[in-house]
Amino acid sequence: MARGQFDEAGADLELQGVTKRFPGFTAVDDLTLTIPAGSFFALLGPSGCGKTTTLRLVAGLEDATEGRILIGGKDVTSTKPHQRPVNTVFQSYALFPHMTVLENVEFGLKRRGISDAGQKAHEALRLVELDHLAGRKPQQLSGGQQQRVALARAIVNRPALLLLDEPLGALDLKLRRQMQLELKSIQGEVGLTFLHVTHDQEEAMTMADTVAVMNKGRIEQLGAPEELYELPHTAFVANFLGQSNLFTGPVAGTTADSISVELAGHKIVVPKSRAKRHTGEVTVGIRPEKLRLHTEAPTPVPEDNLLGPGRIADVSFSGVSTQYLVDIPGVGSIVVFAQNSTFGPVAAEGAEVWLTWHIEHGFGLLDEPGEESKFASDTDTQTLAVQRRKRLESELEAG
Amino acid sequence: MAFGAFASTEAPAVEQAPRRKSRVVLFLLLPGILYLLLFFAVPLVSLALTSLQQPSLTGDIGSYDYAFNWQNYVVVIERYGPHILRSFGYAVTATVFALLFSYPLAYFIGVTLRPYRLLQGLALVLVIAPFFISFLLRTLAWKQILADEGPVVSFLQALQLMPADAQITGTAFSVIFGLTYNFIPFMVLPIYTSLERLDLRYVEAGADLYASPATTFRKVTLPLSAPGIISGVLLTFIPAAGDYINASRDFLGSTDTAMIGNVIEANFLVLQNYPAAAALSFILMSVILVLISFYVRRSGTEDLV
Amino acid sequence: MTRGFGRYALIVYSVIAFTFILIPIVYTIVFSFNDARRTNIIWRGFTLDNWLNVCQSQGVCEAFGTSILVGVVATVLATVLGTMIAIALVRYRFRFRKATTLLLFLPMATPEVVLGAGLAAEFLTAGVQKGVGTIILAHTMFCISFVVVTVRARIESLDPALEEAGRDLYGSPAQVFWHITFPLLIPGIMAAALLSFALSFDDFIITNFNAGPAVTLPRYIYTAAARGIPPEANVVASAVFIAAIVIVIVVQVSSAARRKRLAAL
Repeated sequence: MARGQFDEAGADLELQGVTKRFPGFTAVDDLTLTIPAGSFFALLGPSGCGKTTTLRLVAGLEDATEGRILIGGKDVTSTKPHQRPVNTVFQSYALFPHMTVLENVEFGLKRRGISDAGQKAHEALRLVELDHLAGRKPQQLSGGQQQRVALARAIVNRPALLLLDEPLGALDLKLRRQMQLELKSIQGEVGLTFLHVTHDQEEAMTMADTVAVMNKGRIEQLGAPEELYELPHTAFVANFLGQSNLFTGPVAGTTADSISVELAGHKIVVPKSRAKRHTGEVTVGIRPEKLRLHTEAPTPVPEDNLLGPGRIADVSFSGVSTQYLVDIPGVGSIVVFAQNSTFGPVAAEGAEVWLTWHIEHGFGLLDEPGEESKFASDTDTQTLAVQRRKRLESELEAG
Repeated sequence: MAFGAFASTEAPAVEQAPRRKSRVVLFLLLPGILYLLLFFAVPLVSLALTSLQQPSLTGDIGSYDYAFNWQNYVVVIERYGPHILRSFGYAVTATVFALLFSYPLAYFIGVTLRPYRLLQGLALVLVIAPFFISFLLRTLAWKQILADEGPVVSFLQALQLMPADAQITGTAFSVIFGLTYNFIPFMVLPIYTSLERLDLRYVEAGADLYASPATTFRKVTLPLSAPGIISGVLLTFIPAAGDYINASRDFLGSTDTAMIGNVIEANFLVLQNYPAAAALSFILMSVILVLISFYVRRSGTEDLV
Repeated sequence: MTRGFGRYALIVYSVIAFTFILIPIVYTIVFSFNDARRTNIIWRGFTLDNWLNVCQSQGVCEAFGTSILVGVVATVLATVLGTMIAIALVRYRFRFRKATTLLLFLPMATPEVVLGAGLAAEFLTAGVQKGVGTIILAHTMFCISFVVVTVRARIESLDPALEEAGRDLYGSPAQVFWHITFPLLIPGIMAAALLSFALSFDDFIITNFNAGPAVTLPRYIYTAAARGIPPEANVVASAVFIAAIVIVIVVQVSSAARRKRLAAL
């Protein structure tokens, strides 16, 4: 990279068939991906899915076993980290403890021989509103302040590509939400390409233009946050991004624009446009908040799916909504979120209920039934419900 | 390990240590503190007094009276000036060699071997292995290896790299060589300790911020391992400056290589010139105290022990 | 972090460095098998005699015995006194704290020759007869500080919640100490004791000033160095070395195995 000058603003990042194998396992498996210049791209996935390895491959901190990495059209696969126009905001921040905040921010500029490094560093610190602490050592700052210094240290170099490795992971919830907004507005201001790695689906969805959900070294699905949420293609995505009720059964009937799946005597209709497969065993799903709960048997209408009767096995109140767990014989447990728009719970534990939803809200997955379940056993609906409840509780406490 | 003694660690727990019954503290502290006062502090005072004594009027050899005879210091500096200078010269040279030898080794054990815990442990055992064999015997082993008929000299002479009548043992080179060898573990261990704690993400951050491996080493790794280097330098320099085994005639030295330790020993145990030995001890001690006080000013007293 | 050429250069360097460190040790062990008559300088052939009849050489075994005696007594004394100080330093606040740490630090920073000469001057002034007793007093003195450092590190790494849990479960301060703190400190105390023993066993300089007629193993070797070391001295040193290395390696390997087992759980 040329000394003494900055790159032009953000650049495209292209990964072509990138694979990284460690002894004993494959962290990244034949990954092909293009991130357009100026976008805010999030790699989302559980720990161990290969997202951090992908980031480190782009930064040059790991060498790819196979494949090519291009930044702004230039092949950087075999260049060293210090030769790449890329900067990282590390999860641990990795602020040099023996240097002041200002020296940390100047570090990269000085290495590249850029003139008036000091002034540029002060500007970057002003952008993150920490210029008054320029003379301190990193240990003397709070977690949120350290995070902002790490950000300033990276963006001051105007990298073509800024990599964010769970940079908000160490912050508490409130600060995290605040930093999410700040990061997003800074990205708008500086116009760089951001590649953000996170396991927090809410963070990915609120911040990124495009989210790629990664699992086992591959990208399961990629798209705008709304698209991923409303129309997940795989059970993994359906359950990693929010919650889903999934049912598997044979396709029993087909019309010009819909399929119907047979499920313990019930028929579940899904539009063809929202189903990835139209024959054989098909898994269909519905988000809990799209379900309507009835205490009396509703009259069947063609635009709705109907399940029931079932019994309410659990009710948990969480402020904005109430979560019901409904057992339907032959179908299993179904999670329902009901907005608390009326006062008090609608139905009590043990009550007999029916569930309906608009057929346009359902979705059909790509997964082959019987194929090894892509989501770990601890992410079945019920566990997720409990986890979510716990999280909400702690969130309420923290708030 | 005790070699962390000089390595500055964060001093925790002091603030939250509760003030509890003073009788318990006295019971815990007093025996050990009294012991150290009696057998460390009092001897230093006794040494100070001895250094000012003058020969007894009875004229017996080894018999002295208390006095304020500060001229003892002038006398020993005049007589043993070369030995004093030589001691510090040898010790500084050996410390520099030990540092150059040890840093890469400590880096290898602390950083390269970090993913392999068992290998790392075994490598450390190799470093401290010399501690488990007699200091004197390993020095004698070098004497025999470097002796005139020994393998090294024969080899060098066969290659004509060394004149036929030249020697290794008994020279300044062999004394410095011995000092370097014997104190290598004291240099490796504290540097290892600080490199082992070095967070490699700082190194990655350096690379990420356009620093070449060499610059990253100079700007990040080296300053972050500075506490270990300082400890290692002190732990090597102090015993090396006071050592008299390596420089002894029966080991790697000759009369021309005698260091301050040798003359202290000779004056105390052979010549029975106790005031001279005490004055020399005090000169050695004061130089080292100056070094230590720099160190204490840098890192505070809390980290000392 | 090192890659490519640099990494290999470092590995090669380290192998050479380890070899260099081991040279005199291997030499000493090899020459314990030398069929030497009086001076053990030139290789005269392999024999087991030195190992089988260690005590035939004048004074080697007596010196070894004295070293063991001095080492054991000094270690016990230093470990008890040092552990008590370490506990006080971590668990209590008191005045003269700075003076105390300085008093503990200075013996480690003082050249041995000064420590030795100072004690000898004191014994001389007080008219104390030098011998095994004065060696023990001297060794205890320089071991205390090392015990404090080692044990203190161990106490500081203890989770204070363990003691709090003990108190929470109705333990009196004394019960909490003996049932919880002390058992947890044992590894640190053992390490400190081993270090003390090693320091005492190999000390020559301080011993030489305060031994009088008593002869420890290093002193024996020093005196013999002028006229030639008998191979039996190599035997004793080699045996001690091998025993120490075996202990250390067993500890290393078993703790690695324990880590592996824990990781597998």
